Amino acid sequence: MLYDLGYFALLIAFILAVYSAAAGVFGAQTKRLQFVESARNAALVVFVLLTLCVLIVIYGLAMLDFNVAYVADVSSRAMSLFLRVTALWGGQQGSLLFWAWMMSGFAAAVMIRKWRRDRELMPYVIFVTMGTLAFFIGLTLFISNPFARLWHDPLTDEIVTALWPPKGMMVFTPQDGQGLNPLLRHFGMIGHPPTTYVGFTGFVIPFAFAIAALITGKAGEDEWIRTTRRWTLVAWLFLSIGLVLGGRWAYDVLGWGGYWGWDPIENAMLMPWLTGTAFLHSVMIQEKRGMLKVWNIVLIILTYSLSIFGTFITRTGVVGSVHAFSKSAMGPSFLIFVAVTFLGSLALMFKRLDTLKSDHELDSLLSRESAFLLQNLLFLGITFAVFWGTIFPMISELVTGTKITVGPPFFKQVTGPLFAALVLLMGIGPLFAWRKQATAKLGKSLLIPFAGSAIVTIIAAFAHWPRHPFPLALFGLWLVSLAALTTLFEFWRGARARMQSQGENFFVALGHLMWRNRRRYGGYIIHLGVAMMALGVVGDEFFKAETQGTVGVGESLAVENYTLRFNGLRQYPGSDGREIVEASASLYRDGEFVMTLKPRRDFFVTQQQPVTVPAVYSTPGADVYVLLVGWEDIGRDASTFKIYVNPLINWVWAGGITFIIGTLIAAWSSLDDKRAASYVIQPVVGQAASLSKV
Amino acid sequence: MTRKIVLSLLAIAASFMAVAVVYAQSGYPTDDDVNRVAKQLYCPVCPNTPLDVCETKACQDWRADIRDKLAAGWTDDQVIEYFVQRYGERVLAEPRRSGFTSFVWFLPIVSVAIGLVVLAQILRGWKAKRRAAVAAPTAQADDIPPEVLQRLEKELKKIS
Repeated sequence: MLYDLGYFALLIAFILAVYSAAAGVFGAQTKRLQFVESARNAALVVFVLLTLCVLIVIYGLAMLDFNVAYVADVSSRAMSLFLRVTALWGGQQGSLLFWAWMMSGFAAAVMIRKWRRDRELMPYVIFVTMGTLAFFIGLTLFISNPFARLWHDPLTDEIVTALWPPKGMMVFTPQDGQGLNPLLRHFGMIGHPPTTYVGFTGFVIPFAFAIAALITGKAGEDEWIRTTRRWTLVAWLFLSIGLVLGGRWAYDVLGWGGYWGWDPIENAMLMPWLTGTAFLHSVMIQEKRGMLKVWNIVLIILTYSLSIFGTFITRTGVVGSVHAFSKSAMGPSFLIFVAVTFLGSLALMFKRLDTLKSDHELDSLLSRESAFLLQNLLFLGITFAVFWGTIFPMISELVTGTKITVGPPFFKQVTGPLFAALVLLMGIGPLFAWRKQATAKLGKSLLIPFAGSAIVTIIAAFAHWPRHPFPLALFGLWLVSLAALTTLFEFWRGARARMQSQGENFFVALGHLMWRNRRRYGGYIIHLGVAMMALGVVGDEFFKAETQGTVGVGESLAVENYTLRFNGLRQYPGSDGREIVEASASLYRDGEFVMTLKPRRDFFVTQQQPVTVPAVYSTPGADVYVLLVGWEDIGRDASTFKIYVNPLINWVWAGGITFIIGTLIAAWSSLDDKRAASYVIQPVVGQAASLSKV
Repeated sequence: MTRKIVLSLLAIAASFMAVAVVYAQSGYPTDDDVNRVAKQLYCPVCPNTPLDVCETKACQDWRADIRDKLAAGWTDDQVIEYFVQRYGERVLAEPRRSGFTSFVWFLPIVSVAIGLVVLAQILRGWKAKRRAAVAAPTAQADDIPPEVLQRLEKELKKIS
C-alpha cells in the first residue's frame, strides 16, 4: 500500500515535471505570467513528491521490507541501520531516485532564492532543470523503479519482479535480502556517493542559466554568470569532495595500496570536474574583460553533458563491458538524452552567436588572459585524453573487433605532462597582470620562489640520492615546490603591503587581506591544496616501494627501512555475516618496534566475496600499508603479505582538506559582490585639487 | 540451525578457494618478480583490476602460470607475449603503440598540439586588433594636454 503511494507520487512528479517545463516556456513565449508561476509551483511540488518517494524507500530499507525488490536486493538483516539507510544509493533504482531528488532540490532552491532577481531567465531555467529532471524521473518510473515488488508464481514456482500483482501470483517476501555489495559496507558510503551526486546534479543550475540566457538573448551580459557563480562553486566543491573521499575510500577498501586507478567510473567523475575547473577560471575573463563569452557557454555545456555522461557510465557499466547495452534498457535512452542536449545546446549557441559578441583585444602575449587560455587548453586536453582513453576500448571493439584494455600506464603517460604544465601555470599564472605583464617585474617576483624551489629540490636530491635517482621525480618536486612557494609568496606580498600601509602586524594583515579578498585568497588556498596533493602524487608515483612474500610465524619480511614480523593468524566470525581471518604482525622501523598491525581478509559468506582490509601505519612522511594476501591453510603457520610503503600519501588527504577550506572561503563572498558593484576609485581630495591646477 | 551449518560449510569451502597457494620462498622467481609482470596485465574476467592485485581464482592461476614461466627461464616480455597470444591484446594494461591502438596514444597529443597552434593564432589576432584600436583614435587625445596625461598616469600608478 505504502509502495503504491510511492509509485503514484513518482508518477505525479513525472507528469508535473513535464508540465512544468512546458508551462514555463509557454508562459514566457506568450507573456502570460500565471503560467510561469504555475510552472514554478509545479517544480516545487515535484521536490516535495520526490522527497516523499525517498522517505518511503528509506522506510522500506529501515523496516527490512524484503517484499520490495530493491530492498531485497541491497539490504539484509545482517546490515546495520546506518548501512541500510545508505543503501538508498547502493543500487541502480535507489541511486537514480536519489539523483532526481537532489536535482529537484537544487532546482527548487534556485527558484526560491533567485525568483525576483532573474525573472526573465527563470522560465527557461525551469524548462531546462525540469526537462532534465523529467528524464531522470522517467528512467526511475519506467525502467528502473524502486517500488517494484516480488511476486511468486505458484504454477511455475518462479519469482517475478513487477509493480502490480501479475495474474494469479502471490505476494512473495524472502526471509532475508541479498545485502549491499561488501565493498560498499563502509563508513565512506555516507560521504562519497552523496557528495558526488550533489556535484553532478549541481551543474544543472549554471547550465540552465546559460541556456536561459541564450534563449532570451542575454548571454552576452554577465548576469547568468554572476547569478550562478556560487552555485557552480558549490557543485564543483562537492564534486571535489566526492573525488577526495572516493580516493580515500578506495585506499581503505580496495586493497591495492593506491587511491586512483583510472577506472572508467573514476574517469567519469573526473571529466566534469576538469571542464568545471576550466569554466570557473574562464568566467573570470568574462567578468573582468568581457571576453570569451562563447567559450564559457561551450565550457558549461560540456560540463553539464559530461555530468550526465558520467552518470550514464556509472549507472550502466557500459564501458566495463560493451554488452551492458543489452542488459540495461537505460543505455540507449541515456545516449540519446546526452546527444540531444549536447547537440541541441550547441545549435542554440550557434543560432545566438550574434548576442555573444565581445571585443577581444590583448596588449601582450604575456598576460593573465593568455595564462587563463593556456590553462583552459590544458584542462580540455586532459579531459579529451581521459575521455578518449575511457571510450577507446569500445571504439576498438566496434571498429576492429579486438577487445583491448586502456589501463593506468596510458593515462599516466598522456596526462602526466599536461598536469605538470598545469601545476607550473598554477604557480606562475596568478602573478601575471591583466592585459600586459612586464617581463622584468615578473622575473623579480619569481626570483625568490624560484631560488627556494631550487634549494628544496637540491636538498631532496641529496637526501634521497642513493635510493631514488630519478630525474623525473626531482623535476616533479621542483615543480610542486615552485608552485607552492609562488603562492605562499603572494600571501606574503599582500600582507607586507598591508603591514606598510596600515601598520598592522603580519597576522592581522594576513587576516584582513584574506577577509577582504576572499575570492582571490580562497583561490590561492585552493592552489596550495592542489600543490599539496601534487606532492602526494609525486611521492606515490616515483617513491613508492612494495614487496610481497610468504613468511612463517616469527619470520620477517623487509622493505626499505621497515621490517614486518609475522606473529600468527586467527579466524573468527564478524558482523554483517562475514568470516574474518586476521593476521597479527609487528612492524619495526630501522630495527625498532613501531606498532602491531592486523591486516585482515573478510569473507562475506552470502555474497561469496572476499574483501581485503589493509592495516596501515600512517605518518606524514609515509604510510606503511600491509595486506594479508594469503595463508597456509593447514596449520596456519605461514602467511603471504604484501607491503606498500607509500611516501607522502598523506599530503593528498591534507591537500584535499586545504582545497575544500579554500573553496569554502572563495564561495563565502556575499559582501564582496555588493561592494564590487559600488566600487569606484575615489581620489584623495588633495590629489584632485593638485590635478586641477595643472 | 541448519542454515548456520550450511553457511559455515560454505565459508570453509570458500576459504579454500580464496586462499592463494602459498609457495616456499626459494630464490627466483619471488612474489615481487611475479607482481612485476602481473602489474602489466589484466585478466579478461575482472575488468579494471590489474592482475597483481586481483584476488579471484582465475587471477591466482595466472600468477602461478607467470611464476612457472619465469622459473623456466622466460623473460618478462616473453611471458607477456605468451598471454597476448593466448588471450588477445586486451590482457595488456598499456595498449600497443602500433596498429589501430596507436590512435589512443597519438590523438590526444595531436589535439593538444593543434590546440596550441590555434591558441597562438587567436592570441596573435587579438593583439593585432588591439594595435589597430590603439593606432586609430588620435583625434580624441588632443583634447587633453600631454602634461595632464602624464600626470594622470603617474597618479594612477601611485594608486595601483
